[in-house]
Amino acid sequence: MPIDDVALGSGPRPIGGAAKPAPRTSPRRGSPSRWQDPLFEQTTRFFAVLVLVLLAGIVVALAVAAAPALERFGPAFFVTDVWNPVKLRFGALAPVYGTLVTSAIALVIGVPVSFGIALFLTEMCPAVLKRPLGTAVELLAAVPSIIYGMWGLFVFAPFFAGHIQPALTATLGRLWGVGALFQGTPIGIGMLAAGLILAVMIIPFIASVMRDVFEVVPPVLKESAYGIGCTTWEVVRHVVLPYARVGVVGGIMLGLGRALGETMAVTFVIGNAFRIHRSLFEPGNSIASALANEFNEASDPVHRASLIALGLVLFALTLVVLAASRVLIGHLARRAGTTT
Amino acid sequence: MSNARRALYRRRVWVNRINLAMSLMTMALGMLFLLWILAVLFGKGLGAMSLGLFTRMTPPPGAAGGLANAIYGSVAIVGTATLISTPIGILAGIWLAEYGRDRWLAEATRFVNDMLLSAPSIVLGLFVYTVYVVRVGHFSGWAGSMALALIAIPVVVRTTENMLRLVPHSLREAAIALGAPMWRVILIVTLKAVRGGVVTGILLAVARISGETAPLLFTALNNQFWSADMTGPMANLPVVIFQFAMSPFADWQALAWAAALLITLTVLLLNILARTAFRQRSLR
Repeated sequence: MPIDDVALGSGPRPIGGAAKPAPRTSPRRGSPSRWQDPLFEQTTRFFAVLVLVLLAGIVVALAVAAAPALERFGPAFFVTDVWNPVKLRFGALAPVYGTLVTSAIALVIGVPVSFGIALFLTEMCPAVLKRPLGTAVELLAAVPSIIYGMWGLFVFAPFFAGHIQPALTATLGRLWGVGALFQGTPIGIGMLAAGLILAVMIIPFIASVMRDVFEVVPPVLKESAYGIGCTTWEVVRHVVLPYARVGVVGGIMLGLGRALGETMAVTFVIGNAFRIHRSLFEPGNSIASALANEFNEASDPVHRASLIALGLVLFALTLVVLAASRVLIGHLARRAGTTT
Repeated sequence: MSNARRALYRRRVWVNRINLAMSLMTMALGMLFLLWILAVLFGKGLGAMSLGLFTRMTPPPGAAGGLANAIYGSVAIVGTATLISTPIGILAGIWLAEYGRDRWLAEATRFVNDMLLSAPSIVLGLFVYTVYVVRVGHFSGWAGSMALALIAIPVVVRTTENMLRLVPHSLREAAIALGAPMWRVILIVTLKAVRGGVVTGILLAVARISGETAPLLFTALNNQFWSADMTGPMANLPVVIFQFAMSPFADWQALAWAAALLITLTVLLLNILARTAFRQRSLR
């Protein structure tokens, strides 16, 4: 609704209605507001569109820079498990595998823990502690990833090799099938360690989103469940979780998006080896860690283009995951807007 | 109560207790990791802290030195990135909240902005490398600032828009009724009403980019010497941490811990400052 309608008193306008910069009264010829307002709107619009085209710009720039590698290796680039800078033969399979496996480990561990934290913050936490503990979780998310990497390499990896890896081999390693994942020398660094540190990193993100969507659940729903005698767990399991399901999945996808692209934390502990191993104890490489380790040493154009192609693959992967996350969380937000 | 019912009741109570206990444990685990990381940082970083850290250059292995050039470089790169991203982010946020609203262009921009908000920072570094560093032919502080600005812009856009949407329409209408042109209404009335929230967004963006390492690897690179020249490679704390921590030299590693402590304290302080000092007061 144009603003002059409002000025003329045509009734209250709905909040969130379009506020178009229509001239309120026609300014005199030569008056500054004749050009100032349109100029301001076009300026702000220019920067908004700039953000919009940035994404396309990134994809195009990376695709152009990656073209030499993609032309040379063709579609086989994505399914070949070779990375040989000496013979200049490159394939993306090993780093893609490493990225997916470390992210999967992070999700398997991070999701239940995040759920526990969100449950604690929304249902169990005394009101006095809600803000400080919520802030503490957010601070955990704010710690720069390189700090996680250093901590992972110097503190966590030795601890992991000394105590956790032998225990894993002795227990899970004996199981048929999954046992093969937990074999090998306990050296601390490797795919599993990288996945665990990623889990620590993404837990605060997922937990914050989960907490936010749990808080959107209308209190009256929870109260009615408590009223018929449900326990806290039953309320969470059968009322809160079903109501917030879409948002929870969105939060998990957001965490996955972070995990896929996380660079420094992984680079320190993954071991930088372009190999696909059955055991999770072995060193590997993720796309991001391959880029961080090799890009500045890559002197050959084909090597460089191959690394940029890896970056393009990573970007595509995260965009798909983040788009899904955004659609799911947005869906819940809209529903919350209509039902509460 | 019959036995069966009592058993069911007891089972429900126990399931509840066990699950809530596990929830409590996950929270404790989270706090444990936060404390563990902070304890390690203080334990290893405080020992390497000294006045020399702020006055001397990064040393070659085996020699004594400080982080002065890296601290200066970080401040310069992050400061420039903030100066670039703040106006762009605020203007784009204004358009989304005040003009775009529900138009498809605004919806699309919001969608893309949310993608960029969580996009892998290393890819943004790669982008700046391909479009700027390759053209210019060398790494530079400017390139580093650009990469960091690309990370900060979506944060500022998002918070500015969210904050502006909180402003009640009556406030805008009152200003318009006084005859103020739209641009003055936005800049002097609505934006001013939420400046606390917008500053919070900027502080959070600065906190986010101060610790970013990955995008600087391909843009600002590093420099062992003092350099105030933004057109050349520049030392900066995150890349120094990366290089020194990965090195086999004990004194380099000690410096890396000191730098890590510095950065973490800065980032956490910025976060706490943003959340307390500039918290947006309720508008309604």
